Amino acid sequence: MATVDLKDVKKVYPSGVEAVKGVSIAIPDKELCVLVGPSGCGKSTLLRMIAGLETISAGTIAIDGKVVNAIGPTERDIAMVFQNYALYPHMKVYDNMAYGLRNRGTPKDEIDSRVRSTAKVLELSALLDRRPRELSGGQRQRVAMGRAIVRNPKVFLFDEPLSNLDAKLRGQMRIEIKNLQRSLGVTSVYVTHDQLEAMTLADILVVMNAGLVEQTGAPLDVYEKPASTFVASFIGAPPMNLLALTGASPSSVLADGTVIGLVPRQGKAVTLGFRPEDADITFAAEAPAGALALPATVEAVEPVGAESFIHCVAAGSRIVVRVSGRASAKPGDRLRVVARSEKLHWFDQTGKRVD
Amino acid sequence: MGDAWIAREISLSPRVVFPNKILPYLLVAPQLAITLVFFYWPAGQALYQSMLRQDPFGLKSRFVWFANFRKVLADPAYLNSIKVTVMFSLATAIVAMVVALLLAVMAEKAVRGKGLYRTLLIWPYAVAPAIAGMLWLFLFNPSIGSLAYLLRSLGIAWDPLLNGTHAMILLVSAAAWKQISYNFLFFVAGLQAVPKTLIEAAAMDGAGETKRFWTIIFPLLAPTTFFLLVVNTVYALFDTFGIVHAVTGGGPGKTTETLVYKVYNDGFVNLILGDSAAQSVILMAIVIALTAIQFRYVERKVHYG
Repeated sequence: MATVDLKDVKKVYPSGVEAVKGVSIAIPDKELCVLVGPSGCGKSTLLRMIAGLETISAGTIAIDGKVVNAIGPTERDIAMVFQNYALYPHMKVYDNMAYGLRNRGTPKDEIDSRVRSTAKVLELSALLDRRPRELSGGQRQRVAMGRAIVRNPKVFLFDEPLSNLDAKLRGQMRIEIKNLQRSLGVTSVYVTHDQLEAMTLADILVVMNAGLVEQTGAPLDVYEKPASTFVASFIGAPPMNLLALTGASPSSVLADGTVIGLVPRQGKAVTLGFRPEDADITFAAEAPAGALALPATVEAVEPVGAESFIHCVAAGSRIVVRVSGRASAKPGDRLRVVARSEKLHWFDQTGKRVD
Repeated sequence: MGDAWIAREISLSPRVVFPNKILPYLLVAPQLAITLVFFYWPAGQALYQSMLRQDPFGLKSRFVWFANFRKVLADPAYLNSIKVTVMFSLATAIVAMVVALLLAVMAEKAVRGKGLYRTLLIWPYAVAPAIAGMLWLFLFNPSIGSLAYLLRSLGIAWDPLLNGTHAMILLVSAAAWKQISYNFLFFVAGLQAVPKTLIEAAAMDGAGETKRFWTIIFPLLAPTTFFLLVVNTVYALFDTFGIVHAVTGGGPGKTTETLVYKVYNDGFVNLILGDSAAQSVILMAIVIALTAIQFRYVERKVHYG
C-alpha cells in the first residue's frame, strides 16, 4: 500500500509558536506507528500535517515516495478517525460510510457492496439505517472506523480514537483496531497520550516531547532501553524510579550521601534508574554483591491482587517496587531495595542514556 | 431513600414556591393588565367590528354576522392583495436569506478584518423601515435617483411609478435589504456552530469546497434556515407597512398593495371599517397559524445532536 516518510518536518504557527521542531520518521509499508507523548508535545499537529489539515512549515512529508506537501487533504487518499468521531449527524450510518466513496465517483452497486461488507466486519449491519445520535459511544467509534476502512485508503490516521470510551470498551477496541490494521495491511499512524495503548498497538513507537522525537523503536526496545530520562519516566506504569547522583566515579554517590559501588561502563552519569519490577526488597543486613542495595523506609503498600506496589523513600526520593502476590513489608518497615546491576539505567546531565 | 429522592427532586426543580397566596397574582398583574388592554381588548373590538356594517355617514351600524367576511373574501381586489402579499413575502424572504447566507459564508472565510465586515454588514438593521424605504425610493426615483439613472443608461426603461413589476422589485429590494443584516447575524452564528472536525472529515473524504458546503454545512444549517424562513415571512407579511407606505403606497394601481396595507387603506383612507376589521381578523388568524408553526417546529426543532 504505502510508506510514510517524514523528513525534518517543522510546524511554526503565525504566532511564532514552534509546535514541531524538526521530526524525521520513516514508517514502512503496512506498519502501525504510534506517536505518544504528553499533551502539547506536537503529536497531534504532526498527525494533522500528515493528513493535510495543517500546512508544513519546513521539511517534507512523502506518502508512497511522493512528496505531498503541496497536496490538499482531499487528494491525499488518507482516512482519519477523529477523537470525537466527527460523524455527519444528518446522515444515516450507511451514508456516513458511503460519503467518501460517492465523492470519488465509485459506482453505486460497488458502494453498496463495500459498505455492507465493511459493516459486516465491524458488526454494524443492523445499524446502517440509524443516525449517529441514536448510537452508543462504542458504536459511533465503529462507524468512524468503518468510514475510514470502507474507502480502502493508502494510510489510516488515528487521533486518540479511544479516549472518549470507558476503560473496558477501550481495551476491547484496542485489540480490534490492532487486528483490523493487521488484516487490512494498511500503513497507519496512531496518536495517543496513553502509554499502554502505545505499547500494545505499535509496530514502531515514537515518543515525542516538546516538539521533538525523544526515541523511536520497537515498543519493547524502547521500554528496555529508554534513550532519555523523559522516555524512562513516560513509558511504563508505574514509571521508572530515578535517583539523582552527586558523586563522580569510581563510586556513585546519591543525593543523601549514600555511596554505591556501581558506575556506568562508560561516560558520566547524573541519574540512576531502575524499573519497579526489576527491584525487590530484602530484610537481610548484608548487601548482595554486584547489585544496587538501597536502604529504604516503606511509606505505603498497595496490594492490587496479582501484585503489590511498595512505595518507599530511599536517599530522599520516592521509589516504587513491584512484587508479585502479597507483599511481606508494611508501612514503617526499614529494609533494602535491591536491583541487579544489569537492570540499572544511567543517564547523563542532558538526560541522555549512557551505558 | 424515598425522602432523599424527593429532596433531590425539589432542589433540582426550578419552581419557586411562594408562601403567600396573593403575591404571585400581584406580581403577574401588570403583565396581564398590559396584555388585556393592548391586545385582548383591541382584538375583541376588531372581532366585534368585523361583524358590523356602518352607513356611509358613520351615524349608525348594524350587526351583520359574517357578511363582511363573505364580501371581503369574494372581492377580486382582496384576492389580488393576497397574491401580491404571497409574491412579496416569498421574494423578500428568499432574497434576504440567499444574500445573507452568501455574505455570511464570505465573511467567515475572511482571514483579516472579520469583525469589521460583520459590524458593517449588521448596520443596516439599525435603520428604521420608513427611512430604509425613503433611501431606496430616492436611489431609484425615475427623475432624480442616481441608480435609476444608471439603469436607464444601461438601456433598462426603469419606471417604478408606472410599471407594477418594477415597483415590486423596488419594494422587495428595500424590504430584503433591511432584513439581510438580521439573517446575516444568524447565519454567521449557525456557521460557527458547525464543528470544524466535520468539515475536516469531509475534506479527507474527498469532498471539495462546494461539495462540503452543500452536503455538510448547508444541511447542518437547516434549523437556522427554517427559523429564519418563519421570521422573514412574518417580517415581510406584517412589518413592512412602513416600507410599502414610503416606497409605493400600494401602487401603481394595486400592484403592491399587501394585506396589511389594504387593511390600512380600507379602514383609514376609505373608511370602510367593517371590511377593514374583517381583514384584520383574517390577518390575526394567519399570525396565530404562523406562531403555532413556529412553536411546533422551530422551538422543538429540526435538531441534530
